[in-house]
Amino acid sequence: MSSRTLQFTAHFILWLGVLVMVVPIWIAFASSTHENVDIITEGMKWGLGDKFFDNYNEVLNRKGGFSQEITATSMFINSFIMAFGIATVKVIISAMSAYAIVYFRFRLATPIFWLIFITLLVPLEVRILPSYQIVSDLNLTNSYTGLVLPLVASATATFFFRQFYKSVPDELLEAAKLDGANSWKFFIDFLLPLSKTMIAAMFIFMFVYGYSQYLWPLIMTTDEKYWTVVMGMKIIFQESYEGGNLPRVAERFSYIILSMIPPVLVVIFLQRWFIKGLIQTEK
Amino acid sequence: MSYLELDNVTKIYPNGTKAVNETSLSISEGELMVFVGPSGCGKSTLLRMIAGLEDITGGEIKLDNRVINKVDPSERDVAMVFQNYALYPHMNVYKNLAYGLKNKGESKEEIEKKVNEVAELLEIKEFLLRKPGQLSGGQRQRVAMGRAIVRNPKAFLFDEPLSNLDAKLRGQVRIEIKKLQKQMGVTSVFVTHDQVEAMTLGDRLAVINEGVIEQVGSPIEVYEKPATYFVAEFIGTPQMNFINGKIHANKFISDEFECSINKDVKDQEVIFGIRPENLKVSANGSIKIKVDLIEKLGADSIIYGYDKSNNYLCYRENGNTKIKANEEISLEIEDENYHLFDQETKKRLN
Repeated sequence: MSSRTLQFTAHFILWLGVLVMVVPIWIAFASSTHENVDIITEGMKWGLGDKFFDNYNEVLNRKGGFSQEITATSMFINSFIMAFGIATVKVIISAMSAYAIVYFRFRLATPIFWLIFITLLVPLEVRILPSYQIVSDLNLTNSYTGLVLPLVASATATFFFRQFYKSVPDELLEAAKLDGANSWKFFIDFLLPLSKTMIAAMFIFMFVYGYSQYLWPLIMTTDEKYWTVVMGMKIIFQESYEGGNLPRVAERFSYIILSMIPPVLVVIFLQRWFIKGLIQTEK
Repeated sequence: MSYLELDNVTKIYPNGTKAVNETSLSISEGELMVFVGPSGCGKSTLLRMIAGLEDITGGEIKLDNRVINKVDPSERDVAMVFQNYALYPHMNVYKNLAYGLKNKGESKEEIEKKVNEVAELLEIKEFLLRKPGQLSGGQRQRVAMGRAIVRNPKAFLFDEPLSNLDAKLRGQVRIEIKKLQKQMGVTSVFVTHDQVEAMTLGDRLAVINEGVIEQVGSPIEVYEKPATYFVAEFIGTPQMNFINGKIHANKFISDEFECSINKDVKDQEVIFGIRPENLKVSANGSIKIKVDLIEKLGADSIIYGYDKSNNYLCYRENGNTKIKANEEISLEIEDENYHLFDQETKKRLN
C-alpha cells in the first residue's frame, strides 16, 4: 500500500471514530432545541431549533420530585459536591497510602498492599448492604458526608501512585535527606509536585466515577435535597410520561446535555497538566 | 591531624553479606581521598555510611572530633554529589541550590547571597531559572557541585560523579573538581572505579577490594609499590605482567627466565610482577615473546605476546614501534623495577 492510501485509510478510520463519538451528542443537542411535538412527530433532529432557552430554563428551574422541592440546578450542585469530594479525598488518601507502602518499611507492607488491591474485587454494589448499615448507624444518611465517605478509598489510585513512586529514583530521596527534608517534607516538596500529572489524571477518573454513581445515592438519600443528577435522570424520564401530557422529550435531551457539562469542564480544566505529563517527563 | 576518621567500620546487610569489613582510615583536613576499586567492592557503601544513608553495623565514624554514627544525614555537615546528580527535577536551579539552606531555616537574603556566590563561582548564573531537564550533562554536574558547595559542609562526598559524562567533558570536569577542592580546602572523599580519575584526583588513594582496604597511599606510592597482588593488578593500564615462579637462594626462577633478587626473600612460591614500561628490548634479554598484537596509541605502542610457557605479556615502547606481529623479541627488565608477591597471602615481598 502506498503511503498516500495508507494515510487516507488512517484518516478515514480516525474520522469514523470521531463521528461515532460526536454524532450522538450533536443529535441530542440539536433535538434539545426543538418543540416536544416536533420531535415526537418527526423524530430526532439534525439541525438546531429555536426552543433552546425555553427548554433549558424549564429543565434547570422547574421544581420536581415527589414533594416538588428539587430543581435540576440543585441536583447538579449535589452531584458536583459528591464527585468533587470523592475525587479529592480519594486522591489524597491514595497518594498518602501509596507513600506509606513504598517509602516506609513496616511489617506486612506487601500483604497490606495486596489487601488494598483485592478490594478492587469488591465494588460498592457488592458491599452495599453493610455499607448502608454502617452509614445509617453513624446517622450519616441524607448528608454529603454519607454520600462521599464510603466511596473515598481507592485501590486503583493507590496502585497507580505506588507504581509512580517506585519509579522515582532513590537518589532523589537521599539527596533530599541530606538537604534536611523529613518524610513529610519529602512528600509535600517532592512527591506531590512530581506526581502533578498523575494527580490530574486520577482526579479526572475519580470525578467521573463519583459523578456517575447511581445506586449509592439512591439508597442513601430519602431527602430530595440530596438527589443527584444521575438519579434525576430516572425521575425526569418517569415524570415526562406522567399524566395525559405529551412526553417532554426535548427537555430530556437538554437534561442529558447539561449532565455532561461538569465532567467535561473538569477534563478541560485539568488537561493542561494531563497532556504536559504525556509529552514531557520530569524525572 | 585526622579530620574524618573511620575506625573499624563494618557493614553487614540483613541477608548476611559483608559489604565493608573492619575498615579503618584517617583523612586529614583539606585532603582529597579517593576510594577506588572494582564495582561491588564496597567503596560506595563506605561513602554512604559516611553520608548517613546506610546504617553502620559496627565501628565508629568521626568527623571533626564528633562521632556521627547516629547523627541524622542532614545534621552531619556533609554534602554529597551523586552519580546521576539527583537534581530536583521540578525545581529550577536556584531552588535546587536553595532547598537545603531553606530547610536549615536561613533567611531569604542570606540564601540569595550564598546561592549567587556559588553560581558565580561555578559560572551557572545564567541557568539559575532553568530546570535541570533543560541543562546539558556538564551543566547539571555543575549544579550538583553547587548544591554541595552552597551548604558549606565539613566534607564533600563524591559518588562517581563523572561516570555519566562523555570522555572529553570528564577530563575537563575532573580538573575543575580538583581545582575547586584545592581552592576551597574542603576535606573530600571521591569514589570511582576509574583508575585514571583516581590517580589524577587523589591526594591519597584507598584501594578497596571485597570490603577491605588493600592499600592507602599517594597515587605514585600505590603505583610504584603496590602492597598486594590485587593493587598491582588493578592500578595501571595496560595491566602489570605476572609470571609465576619461585625464589631459591635469592634468585627468582620461572620456567622462562631467572633473575637475581636484590633483597633477602626466603625461598617460597611467588608471583613476579613487572609493568609494561619497565621492560625493554635487548638482544640477550632473558624473556622471549612471540608478538601477537600491537596497539599503536600515537605516543606509545603497546606490544602483546606469548612467552614459552604461554603467559600473555605486554610491553610498552615510546613512539611508533617497528616491531611487527609474529616477530620474536627478547625483553629484559629495566633497573630492577619488579614486584614480588607471595603466592598464598598475595602480599608484597620486596
